[in-house]
Amino acid sequence: MSAAGADVVIIGGGLHGCSAALHLARAGVRALVVEKNYVGRHASGVNAGGVRTLARNEAEIPLALAALELWHHIGELVDDDCGFESFGQIRVAENAADAAALQQREARLQALGYSHERWIAADELFLRVPALSRHCVGGLIALRDGAALPYRTTAAFRRKAENLGQIFLEGTRVLGIRREGNSWVVDTSAGTLSCRVLVNCAGAWADAICAALGEPVPLEAIGPMMLVTLRMPRFLEPVVLGTGRPLSFKQTAEGTVLIGGGRLSRVDRGLETTELDFRELAASARTVRELFPVMRGAVIHRGWAGIEARMPDEIPVIGPSSTAPDVFHAFGFSAHGFELGPIVGRITAELITTGASALPIAPFSIRRFAGHAPD
Amino acid sequence: MTLASRYDILVIGAGPAGLAAAAESVAMGLRVALVDEQGAPGGQIYRAITTTPVQQRDVLGADYWYGEKLVAAFERSGAGYSPRTTVWAVTREADEFQIGLSCDGGAQLIRARQVILATGAQERPFPIPGWTLPGVMTAGAAQILLKSAGLVPGGTTVLAGSGPLLYLIAAQFTAAGARVECLLDTTPAGRWRDVLRHAPDFVASPYAAKGWSMLRAAQRMMRIVKGVEQISAIGAGKLDGVRFTTGGHTQDIPADLLLLHQGVVPGINLSNAIGCAHHWDAAQACFTPTVDDWGATSIPGITIAGDAAGIAGARSAEARGTLAALHAASALGHLRTAQRDAQAVAPRRELERWNRGRKFVDALYLPAPEFRIPTGDTIVCRCEEVTARQVTETVALGCTGPNQMKSFLRCGMGPCQGRLCGLTITELIAKERGVSPAETGYYRLRFPVKPITLGELAALPQTDSSVDAVVRIKR
Ligand SMILES: Cc1cc2nc3c(=O)[nH]c(=O)nc-3n(C[C@H](O)[C@H](O)[C@H](O)COP(=O)(O)OP(=O)(O)OC[C@H]3O[C@@H](n4cnc5c(N)ncnc54)[C@H](O)[C@@H]3O)c2cc1C
Repeated sequence: MSAAGADVVIIGGGLHGCSAALHLARAGVRALVVEKNYVGRHASGVNAGGVRTLARNEAEIPLALAALELWHHIGELVDDDCGFESFGQIRVAENAADAAALQQREARLQALGYSHERWIAADELFLRVPALSRHCVGGLIALRDGAALPYRTTAAFRRKAENLGQIFLEGTRVLGIRREGNSWVVDTSAGTLSCRVLVNCAGAWADAICAALGEPVPLEAIGPMMLVTLRMPRFLEPVVLGTGRPLSFKQTAEGTVLIGGGRLSRVDRGLETTELDFRELAASARTVRELFPVMRGAVIHRGWAGIEARMPDEIPVIGPSSTAPDVFHAFGFSAHGFELGPIVGRITAELITTGASALPIAPFSIRRFAGHAPD
Repeated sequence: MTLASRYDILVIGAGPAGLAAAAESVAMGLRVALVDEQGAPGGQIYRAITTTPVQQRDVLGADYWYGEKLVAAFERSGAGYSPRTTVWAVTREADEFQIGLSCDGGAQLIRARQVILATGAQERPFPIPGWTLPGVMTAGAAQILLKSAGLVPGGTTVLAGSGPLLYLIAAQFTAAGARVECLLDTTPAGRWRDVLRHAPDFVASPYAAKGWSMLRAAQRMMRIVKGVEQISAIGAGKLDGVRFTTGGHTQDIPADLLLLHQGVVPGINLSNAIGCAHHWDAAQACFTPTVDDWGATSIPGITIAGDAAGIAGARSAEARGTLAALHAASALGHLRTAQRDAQAVAPRRELERWNRGRKFVDALYLPAPEFRIPTGDTIVCRCEEVTARQVTETVALGCTGPNQMKSFLRCGMGPCQGRLCGLTITELIAKERGVSPAETGYYRLRFPVKPITLGELAALPQTDSSVDAVVRIKR
């Protein structure tokens, strides 16, 4: 099988694979996405939907801010509003130590020239989040942050890319890759593809591709857990994050409340299953109960975990392979890659079409793991 | 009862399968507990048998009162029993299972080496136009009110659907003094001809005589309309009447209560969430856990007994409960294979006897596609008010399965967790795409399979050493 005239084969139909396909289409490059399950089956379809520049690693801030601009005009990019709402995100300080840490961060960001995170004192905090327990003392707010619907977003990127001529092969697994002359040959469960350029957007399975390229990476498959409640009367607009303890907390447009924040399930990457850890979830429930007294009687109705790739330094791998020509990586988003989806696809498309990106991506080079021993 | 922190076997569900499994396990000297949501043992069929206010025996009938013997044997067995207890999660923990459950508002995690699911059946979704109107309910729900509280409907009642249970309920209601105006039988007109080849087995089964006399009795007591092809509930804000079509002729009849029933299917929410393999059972048009002839699932340590592993009725369930217990005991190394097999002879014989004629019943009462796969503005998912048309339009957008549908339309995301729409969604997508329900698949279900409050979850013990403590929260 030929890649139906496609120049580029993208491995993985998560948001990052779909976004790369879309931006390549806009640049006039034909791409084919190979997805072993269905588009959006893993992290991209089941995440918390947080569109967050708040509390980012400093290396990610330029990308996150550029992505946020795209989010605010997401309809122009994909013909769908993706359920994006911008009510801001707030990281709350529960005590003096939290407050000191957050105020120091604000000062450091300002020194670097960033103004998207701003300290707010208790009175403004309670005005913005009236349901919050009164023991909180303030917080950092990123006013233009928000949230979107993850599956709908991923499906919209896919649909737009498809409308522009890109091809999606679902239920097809990449089994191996090899170099033949100046081409890449991709062996899949549905036959063999050949192409000029390969893009690795394989999420929690991306390390297998790296190993095949002779550049092993220390990727860990993690399973961040979420809980959702039955609908409740509207009591919260911004997304609320914890400072001293893990929490991400938001009420959706239809009234259900999403509780996440990084507590992890057990993961079996081979079987693609996760198993919730209720003792950990109980700890999340305690945090919520203390921060939001209105939640005591909330009815928890479903829990789940998504399988995501975490790197040891918790920032992604973005950019060219260090060992092979015409291969580009975009994986390892370490549980905060949803917000970056719209921009990283553009970066990958730029790298493929021009050889460079306008945004600073040096910190994300795969070279930082050179010397990592394969498992 | 206060549950201990560890058991050899935990049995979930106190219907005939669970009662038999627990009694058998404890007789073998194993540490066993039986937990159940209801306040008293009996499950659906023998519901409230120790507490029912309906004391006139012929109302609920001899098959109901047979349960007394089973419950008495269970009570004598000395097995641990925790009523009003809801299991909301079963996860693997090393070589055991961790079970999350709630009792009277207190949540707790306990462990067991083997788990027997005896969680029974649920009524098949029966989505017709107007089925969400007040005044329409399932016949099974009405039967629960009769058994547990002695309540019978006043006003004019219409029963609709098919299957033996529908006629049983009709008989029980009439005996209890309800006015059943009419029974609309949706069994397809030509079905008898198609199923004749299975008839000899049925005739030889213990059900034949009962079935026959039940039909005859119903015919004497109420108007029965056969071969009903279409039904809708009509009314503004509440039920006023029922519109039905038979032989191409449509008519309306007034009604205050419409009771719908289209047979039962295995309740698979727990086994699905645990991750047991399931398959599409074409004869019963439903997903069924894949089990061997002991009830063992694809997950070692999880065994399923009774209707939860495929519909076969109460007496079969009892035998399957015994077999599941024998299997679990031998998996625990408590029983040698030869002993297990020897003890299985009697329950297997019972099983064979009571499974006779099953094919006939399945084939005769398989609901016609029109009553399983709705169209147009008929609601499919009641919780999120999703219509059949929305589903078919979303398939046209490229949505290929129930899990994607859930993300698009939120169907199956409401309080019932897909119990009332799962099969409909699967069959609707399959029909629209021209593929089989097996290929289309079912919702991936998630814990907690039954809702719990955040307060309950928060009160779970923090560390391993405090796991044993029973937690009660102040409301
Ligand atoms: C519960 C949870 C909550 C989260 N919350 C947020 C949040 O609020 N905000 C935020 O910004 N981020 C969040 N994230 C992180 C975010 O979801 C991920 O960073 C992002 O979706 C990663 O996208 P991806 O395309 O790299 O990976 P994925 O979506 O996992 O896509 C990778 C795809 O590659 C496919 N694949 C892998 N190997 C092969 C192969 N050999 N052949 C074919 N296909 C293959 C997989 O099947 C998969 O579909 C969360 C993650 C989780 C799990």
